[in-house]
Amino acid sequence: MNTLLDNLDLFTEGFKNTIILFFFSAIFSLIIGTVVGAMRVSPVPAARAVGTVYVNLVRNTPLTLILFFFAFGYPKLGLPQISFMVAAIIGLSLYTATYIAETIRSGINTVPVGQAEAARAIGLDFGQTLSLVVLPQAVRAVIPPLFSVLIALLKNTTVAAGFSVMEAGAIRANLSERGEPAMVGLLWVALGFIILVALLSLLQRHFEKKWKVAR
Amino acid sequence: MTSVLFDAPGPKARTRYLVGGAVTLLVVLGILAFVIIRLIDSGQFTAAKWKIFTFPLVQQTIVQAVGATLSAFALAAVLSIVLGMLLAVGKLSDHRWVSVPCFWFVELFRAVPLLILMMMIYYGLPTIGVHGVTPFAAVVGGLTLYNGSVLAEAFRAGIESLPKGQKEAGLAIGLRKGQVMSLILFPQAFRAMLPLVLAQLVVILKDTALGFIVTYNEILFQAKYFGSQTLYGSPIIPAAMVAAVIYIGLCLILSGIAKLVEIRLRKGRKGKVLDANPAPGSAAEGGSAGA
Repeated sequence: MNTLLDNLDLFTEGFKNTIILFFFSAIFSLIIGTVVGAMRVSPVPAARAVGTVYVNLVRNTPLTLILFFFAFGYPKLGLPQISFMVAAIIGLSLYTATYIAETIRSGINTVPVGQAEAARAIGLDFGQTLSLVVLPQAVRAVIPPLFSVLIALLKNTTVAAGFSVMEAGAIRANLSERGEPAMVGLLWVALGFIILVALLSLLQRHFEKKWKVAR
Repeated sequence: MTSVLFDAPGPKARTRYLVGGAVTLLVVLGILAFVIIRLIDSGQFTAAKWKIFTFPLVQQTIVQAVGATLSAFALAAVLSIVLGMLLAVGKLSDHRWVSVPCFWFVELFRAVPLLILMMMIYYGLPTIGVHGVTPFAAVVGGLTLYNGSVLAEAFRAGIESLPKGQKEAGLAIGLRKGQVMSLILFPQAFRAMLPLVLAQLVVILKDTALGFIVTYNEILFQAKYFGSQTLYGSPIIPAAMVAAVIYIGLCLILSGIAKLVEIRLRKGRKGKVLDANPAPGSAAEGGSAGA
């Protein structure tokens, strides 16, 4: 308990940054993921190809390597400097977006064929069919896997600790500088994540109930 | 390709798709070209930055690093499958003193980030009196605890999805509960869940890259080391590219195997349906493939 109370500043700072990382990465990856998911079912062959290559390439790259590239490689390119925090958000978003895209695509498959056929029959084009009829139902159907992806994203934010972002995963290094026992500190960090994951699961159950599709 | 989401294109739509495709490609190529030009401008493709990778000693080190990654992956894969089986069976146990701890074990280790688990093993254990923990043990231990818990859920779902009659028939012919599980339920569940298990193996392979944060001497660790050699102009981007090619290559091979297995399994299932028909040869074949 002392380890937590004596270093409350470290823990609050760490978890605050974890939540910031999670929040922005979640929003950006949801946006990018939806766009990529739509590209993968679009009638334009080039868009489908680009979407497929992106998903397959990024999904087979370790997140650590992506963050590695942004943290160590990007500054060498002579582009406008960005903070490690922003670099981590970009990396996490690009990585998580591929999982979101795949989840949404599987959701599109769960929507009954008749829905899309009816939409086409009343003259909606691809964009309208997808955005007005299919996607709203698809997203509702994939709430549980979507939240699994978000929970994975929350846990993945710790990887940023390896790349100079002061978030929850980096608390240990700072604690050991102050001579605190590593195990105790790490157990508190683990407890923090268990609580955050439990909160996300509650949110998932809430949305599941609220947005259940009657079939 | 046909889809229910859009009609078969007429001549007008086809032109529109062509334009759309051209725009998409232009945007993507534009971004790629920008990145490549930046890379060239900042001198990432000069011979000086790549010279370090021409030394046999450096190449040997890279091969060793790949070996380190693969050995951590292989051991963690085997151990997590074993742990996953044990936990799945434990969670389904009729004895509450077995099933309740297994349930909490799975829930807790799924909620804690993998990196924190590795840190607990590598930095945490020595502070509570457990010494001699190597980075290798930390990587394998963390991967096993986390992926074992994930696989346990997969196996459990597989067992629970089996028809009830399978268990009842096993009990009816006088098998004990343990025998029903190990001889009848688990083999079927494992087969049904094989695609999921293989997909999880790709995750394990990717997650070995976390090892570099707990100083495990794997591909990324070496990449960072070579990338910081100022004598060769700090070739961090070339080093990252080499690491990326290796990782993506390994993962694509593993994903390819996963896809092949999935296709074969689907074919096998079709064969099983055919078993009902009076087709002598195929029945035996389907039976052996199912074992």
